[in-house]
Amino acid sequence: MISFDPTEEQQMMRESVAGFARDELRPVARAVDEGGTIPASVAEKVAQLGLLRTWLPEQYGGDGADRSAVTGAMIVEELAWGDLALAAHLLSPRLFAFPILELGTASQRDRFLGHFAGSGFIAASAALTEPRFDFDLASLSTRAVAKHGEWLLDGVKCFVPLAREAEFILVYAGAGSEVAAFIVPRETPGLEISEREKNMGLKGLATHEITLTACRLPAEARLGSDAASGVVRLTSEMRVATAAIAAGVARAAFEYARDYAKERKAFGAPIATKQAIAFMLAEMAIEVDAMRLLAWEAGWHLDRGEDAAIESYLAKQYAAAAALKVTDNAVQVLGGHGYIREHPVELWLRNARGLAALDAIAIV
Amino acid sequence: MIDFEFEPQVVERLQIYRNVAEQMMRPISREYDEREHEKPWQFLETMWAASNLSGEGQPGSRKQSGGGNEARNLYTIATTEELTWGDAGLFLALPNAGLGGAAVAAAGTPEQKQRFLAPFREGKPKWGAMAITEPGCGSDSAAIATTAARDGDQWVINGTKIFCTSGAMAADHPGGFIVVWATVDKSAGRAGIKSFVVPHGTSGMTVARVENKLGIRASDTAMIVFDNCRVPLDHILGKPEVNRERGFKDVMATFDATRPIVAAMAIGVGRAALDFVRDFLRDHKVSVRYGLSPHRLTAVERDFIEMEMNLKVARLLTWRAAWMLDAGRHNSLEASMAKAKAGLAVTQITQKAVEMLGPLGYSRQFLVEKWMRDAKINDIFEGTQQINLLIIARRILGYSSRELN
Ligand SMILES: Cc1cc2nc3c(=O)[nH]c(=O)nc-3n(C[C@H](O)[C@H](O)[C@H](O)COP(=O)(O)OP(=O)(O)OC[C@H]3O[C@@H](n4cnc5c(N)ncnc54)[C@H](O)[C@@H]3O)c2cc1C
Repeated sequence: MISFDPTEEQQMMRESVAGFARDELRPVARAVDEGGTIPASVAEKVAQLGLLRTWLPEQYGGDGADRSAVTGAMIVEELAWGDLALAAHLLSPRLFAFPILELGTASQRDRFLGHFAGSGFIAASAALTEPRFDFDLASLSTRAVAKHGEWLLDGVKCFVPLAREAEFILVYAGAGSEVAAFIVPRETPGLEISEREKNMGLKGLATHEITLTACRLPAEARLGSDAASGVVRLTSEMRVATAAIAAGVARAAFEYARDYAKERKAFGAPIATKQAIAFMLAEMAIEVDAMRLLAWEAGWHLDRGEDAAIESYLAKQYAAAAALKVTDNAVQVLGGHGYIREHPVELWLRNARGLAALDAIAIV
Repeated sequence: MIDFEFEPQVVERLQIYRNVAEQMMRPISREYDEREHEKPWQFLETMWAASNLSGEGQPGSRKQSGGGNEARNLYTIATTEELTWGDAGLFLALPNAGLGGAAVAAAGTPEQKQRFLAPFREGKPKWGAMAITEPGCGSDSAAIATTAARDGDQWVINGTKIFCTSGAMAADHPGGFIVVWATVDKSAGRAGIKSFVVPHGTSGMTVARVENKLGIRASDTAMIVFDNCRVPLDHILGKPEVNRERGFKDVMATFDATRPIVAAMAIGVGRAALDFVRDFLRDHKVSVRYGLSPHRLTAVERDFIEMEMNLKVARLLTWRAAWMLDAGRHNSLEASMAKAKAGLAVTQITQKAVEMLGPLGYSRQFLVEKWMRDAKINDIFEGTQQINLLIIARRILGYSSRELN
């Protein structure tokens, strides 16, 4: 039966994350973008939210909640509304832990999941994107070859969040005709983590290029036992997250532009009373809802156990483009003031631009 | 809980509508596009008989306490999408209470609903229509010049209405009626605007002309003249008193129900075009490679994906607007969002479909060119694109129509 109402539990979670985003992320977002570092206080406080622990099984010290992509979409939207760089930082460990939770063998789960039960922030990461203009999930340049009961990994990845701090990185690579994921410890010989990247946006998030040169990994480093189909699902979960994040960033920009337009006067009246501005705002409002609904719908398919490959792809493509349009409109609504770093809209435009290029920024 | 699936019984019923669209509407689609002003009587009579057997009601009714079909508006938009996938013009020509019925359902008393709508469940085919637009005003519906003056136990209506969908059918066939917007007090502005039910056969009501159109040619669009046209007092919908505070909220309430329906009409036509292009590409060995980076996609694939995404967004927004209405929630913002998005998206989708087929898209050998012509109306009636954006903007900014117009 069609319904657009979140459950009471989802609503409560949404509200607590929204409160955190408003009180802890928003106030430091500009400083984080300018300074490039995340205040320790934020990482400490995030533990209360249980962004990961909530869904860890009880045997690993978690709360054992059932994972839901729809719930996940709601949570990442709220965090991204607060600030995308901070959100991506805080959500990065999930890029490593959730795939293990979902597809890992018993021994992989036993070995890794317990790390994330404590109250401290444990850095972990995943490496998917590659530094190519035509980067494509379906044909990765990074290759994994099975040899003498081991895996041999070669390739270059970029935009790997927290690569320096992370003990383990989940590296996606082509293995034969399939895409597989591998648990790569930071000390693995042949793994080189380069200097921190410099990007147009998401400047508070530490990302790195990593190079794998004949990295030897034991057979059991491959995620899951027969992970081929599972990895498709993971990419869907990441795309749903990107779509929901896009909705969050766009909503932030929409709200700011809306409020500004009611205050700012030109030709003797608030600019919001001019149709050229009012219509832009109306279209922005539609797009924000559109992005969210697409993310929810794709997430809903995932929650029913489907791989949602097409739905999540469409949601991500749409949302990435729409987020750019909405944040660009927000800058336009503020005019020259939107271009000045005094206001956050230029930051949201830079951050939103990243969403089309990046496939593994978070997972639901 | 968030859910995007209809109940199995609904899915089953939708299949019936799909069959009607495919087996009864598509085969005569081109014919009644070319034979404008002629009616597919056999089809209309069959559909009339079938809808009476099924006992399905009129759109626009809000959730009532205790029983009834609680997801009625959702159901209506789902069936609308199926039928307009078949043919939007034929859909609009169907005998039912139409927009007039929606107005009665939204603003009428239980007794009025019974009196005006019950005949639509029996006897010969009947039509209802809604007449707001006038030669001097369309979007600015508060500026209507048609008047209704009280004379003893009657209302006397004078004025000219244009572009009235199924107006000729409603005026010409027994049991039909036209809901007419008229002002009872010009000095009161929008608060003076009321709606009146004018039944078939009322003297003083005449069909002055029927328009020739770009698309939806199977549907008649009529000019109706009201010349000292008299109806009983209890033909007014809503309260006769002029309440300056409430403005014309009563008459506007209809749009909350009808805009999602127009959005669904757009979506049906858009889906027809998308399905056609999909099959066409498949037949020509062009597959859409979902999942690939946009850099690797051909222009055709990118266009197709774009069309598909936009159609999907339009549908989700439309479902939401109808769902809210079923749940008894205020949905004007969401109804306008759905209408604005769907109207424009489907205009663009059908134009793209013509483009993608090259010269074949332009040819009347296929229906794609017709769908492009049909689709456009959805961005015009029941509030143009601009009017819906205006409504959305007022809502999100908290402005009145005086502050933003
Ligand atoms: C096939 C068909 C069927 C119809 N069926 C019905 C029916 O059953 N009943 C009925 O009452 N009417 C019906 N209509 C009328 C329809 O609702 C109107 O045509 C529509 O509302 C627009 O009004 P208009 O044509 O007078 O255009 P106008 O109001 O003159 O508008 C012209 C242009 O100006 C724009 N515009 C107007 N005001 C503003 C503003 N404030 N800000 C920005 N832009 C603005 C409009 O968006 C439009 O682009 C039908 C029309 C057609 C073509």
